[in-house]
Amino acid sequence: MTPSNPTYQYVGKSVLRNEGRNKVTGRAVYVDDIATPGALYAKTIRSTVACGRIKDIQFGPGIPWDEFTVVDVRDIPHNVVELIKADQPVLCDGVVRHREEPILLIAHPDKGMVENAAREIKITYEVEPAILEIGPGAVQTEYLIVEGDVDAAFASSDIVFEETYQTGSQEHVYIEPNGFIAEWQGDRIVLHGSLQCPYYVVKAVKMCFGIEEKQVEVIQETTGGGFGGKEEFPNVVALHAALLAKKSGKPVRLIYDRQEDMACSTKRHPSVSRVKIGVSRDGVLKALDFDFQIDAGAYVTLSPVVLSRGVLHAGGCYRWPAARIRGRSFTTNSPPYGAFRGFGAPQSLFATECAINAVADRLGMDPAEFRRKNFLHKGDKMPTGQVLDVEPNLDAMLDRVIAMSGWAEKRASMKKGSGRGVGLATILHGTGFTGSGEVYLQSRVALAGRADGKVDILVGSTEIGQGTETIFRQIAAEALRLPMEQVEFHKIRTSAVPNSGPTVASRTCSVVGRLVQRAAEQMFEKLDGKSVAEYVKANGSLRTETQFEPRPGLKWDDATYKGSAYGAYSWMCNVAEVQVDPVTATPKVETIFATVDIGTLINPTLAYGQVEGGVAQAVGWATSEKVTLRDGVMANCQMTNYIIPTSVDAPDIQLEFMPTPDPFGAFGAKGVGEMPMDGPAPAVTAAIGHAINKTISAIPATPEDLIS
Amino acid sequence: MSDSSDDGARPKSGVSRRGFLKGVGLGSVAIPAAGLLGGSVVLAEEAPPKPSGPKVFTGEIPIKLRINGKDHDLKVEPRTTLLNALRDRLDLTGSKLVCDRGTCGACSVIMDGLLVTSCMVLAIDAQGKEITTIEGLASGDKLDPIQAAFIEFDALQCGFCTPGLIMATKSLLKTNPHPTREEMQDALSGNICRCGTYDHIFAAIEKVAGGARG
Repeated sequence: MTPSNPTYQYVGKSVLRNEGRNKVTGRAVYVDDIATPGALYAKTIRSTVACGRIKDIQFGPGIPWDEFTVVDVRDIPHNVVELIKADQPVLCDGVVRHREEPILLIAHPDKGMVENAAREIKITYEVEPAILEIGPGAVQTEYLIVEGDVDAAFASSDIVFEETYQTGSQEHVYIEPNGFIAEWQGDRIVLHGSLQCPYYVVKAVKMCFGIEEKQVEVIQETTGGGFGGKEEFPNVVALHAALLAKKSGKPVRLIYDRQEDMACSTKRHPSVSRVKIGVSRDGVLKALDFDFQIDAGAYVTLSPVVLSRGVLHAGGCYRWPAARIRGRSFTTNSPPYGAFRGFGAPQSLFATECAINAVADRLGMDPAEFRRKNFLHKGDKMPTGQVLDVEPNLDAMLDRVIAMSGWAEKRASMKKGSGRGVGLATILHGTGFTGSGEVYLQSRVALAGRADGKVDILVGSTEIGQGTETIFRQIAAEALRLPMEQVEFHKIRTSAVPNSGPTVASRTCSVVGRLVQRAAEQMFEKLDGKSVAEYVKANGSLRTETQFEPRPGLKWDDATYKGSAYGAYSWMCNVAEVQVDPVTATPKVETIFATVDIGTLINPTLAYGQVEGGVAQAVGWATSEKVTLRDGVMANCQMTNYIIPTSVDAPDIQLEFMPTPDPFGAFGAKGVGEMPMDGPAPAVTAAIGHAINKTISAIPATPEDLIS
Repeated sequence: MSDSSDDGARPKSGVSRRGFLKGVGLGSVAIPAAGLLGGSVVLAEEAPPKPSGPKVFTGEIPIKLRINGKDHDLKVEPRTTLLNALRDRLDLTGSKLVCDRGTCGACSVIMDGLLVTSCMVLAIDAQGKEITTIEGLASGDKLDPIQAAFIEFDALQCGFCTPGLIMATKSLLKTNPHPTREEMQDALSGNICRCGTYDHIFAAIEKVAGGARG
């Protein structure tokens, strides 16, 4: 681990987590822990067909329906879940487009009664054929990036390799299910929720009810994990709770149970990638033709942006003299897919890395050697035309991971098909929003001095376990030259904190943290040697605000999809070591060795935790997490049969940070949260392939899949 | 308002595994024909099952629970789980409802010295037992050494599984004060942490175990 800059008091130190004490004592308050006397319990009534029209809804006998609040489509002022495209209804408008689509909302003071009543609602449908796979449905979004003369480059290649790769969906299984409590106070709605992006919810509620932004108060309660699953999906939960609260005039609790949450909520987009690579006999990459396809599900949600990130990462960390990358998302009748850690990049990078390993094999080259010949360096052009303005340092990172893992000796000693194997993957991940996204967001943060001498950090960036509260306090205290105890993280309620953009895209520490740093630097100057308490007493208040400013020279053209896709990139080299049981074919990922460049480490322990957690999720995605769709719905929507890594399954992780600071990130920080999701899967499949002498081109590689 | 009740998705048979378990309890009640089970409970001592049909209780019954050294009198529907009694009736919300299947361990409590998933125990079956929840570990402001070590080694992220993991650790160290890494992995394998903090958890346990040895 790199020693922290000795001139820093807090940056680079593993300061203990802000909220640790509340979390270990059970005192942290999550949304379902809030008592709400007089509140109604709510439930969503959902479609049982994937495609069709609602013919009839019957409210069965034996239920005191007059005691219930029932919301249907007629109760909704503007029936749209506001996001990228206004295509998703808050409640089904008569046409069912996917299984588990919300149709009715019911609420009652007795929770048991709600469950009983839900069983007595009978909906009949005119069923229509559903599209449940990539291909036959309509193309929702399409991107095409072309750099150089691709056809000529293939013609001049000695070897042309082609293969198709597939990745399965993945359920977030944030341990805390989705939930909201909604209450109208006059013409103002207050929403307590488990969420990543408070201002997404504000926008959705404002648009649906046709009210002013100041009439919507969104309060983030302690949130039990998100991983992207609480980026856009909470909009739906919040709207449903708000509608029931509006109609009943009472507070409403809408807390999902696990099975409902897993069946109806967004998941990682399944993907199919057709990859064609041209290479010279001596192992120099000549051309890439990449056709990336994802299943978007029934509505657009965030699929265009997921597709975009997938496309922009498809070239991986290699120099391509010519590249054509095409991306398409397809509308199907699956429940809408959405944001999930990595956001399209793990899908395309899986294909890229598998293909690079396969081409190395074809050439008879060590995959590490092959990569070394083709890594991106400073001054190289990426498929979007972006010229790298910093040296990625990939050679040194690869050398180190090779040494740490004993790569050469293991490759030599573990014979193909011996049941043991090692695999390699080297990847990059863009920090922050794609292209012009950060400019469009116009994120703002504020710092406010208090009469008691403390400083509040005011942001809409949420703590979801990754450490936002702690790192922002470190950054602010460092720039303010104040003890950390004097810097507090303000509870997120949208009436009090500015919109610092969504808590997604590995942007919180680097991009928003930078705004916190600048606001703190401005406050330090403003104080001019005075204490915070003195300044507030003398001037009445102390406040600084900063807004995102694009880095100089960064240009992106949405129309041509050319330019600098991301301001900064993080890099990671992964070696997986696996053992495959000769009888059961169960793959056991024993160790992931990794070298990681996420720029400056603000808090090494928290950064380590992000990598550790991402790696565990990636190993799950690669080996055991299989979303089995049956008739358009997740059939294994329980934690009993959707298998995520336990303490026995999670690999040992050997990690070394090799930072190349980004001058425009907070104290040099780059993105960390998502990148660990990208590399382990292709490294693991390469290792499994080595262990059983077979080519793996689809994940999850479960024992059943490996045997067949 | 009493219970999370039945499954969100409706099983074809009309009786889910979960509904079945909640209906029959864990060994203390007789099992009549499956078709009669719909969230109602038949108490064995009250009404031995007869072909003519068992006596069915509805509504709430008074029970007594001993939790963290304190006795509590409360009324619950017979189908109420210990977890729901803790959370909804006693305001002990540290134990979390996550999978509702005894799979994830987020609701773990210690009952008469044994680690149990409180979503799988009926409140009426927990009577007469000594129950310790996450709220019972610290004494005042003084944290249990396990809690302190979890903070020190950042053995938590989102924190939702943390109370359960700490209870599982407590139970492990009671029976095995110096566990090996493998024994830790096994002992905690019923407690799922989706943030993937296992390495930090093992480090925290090693600290506590080492401290105990010294």
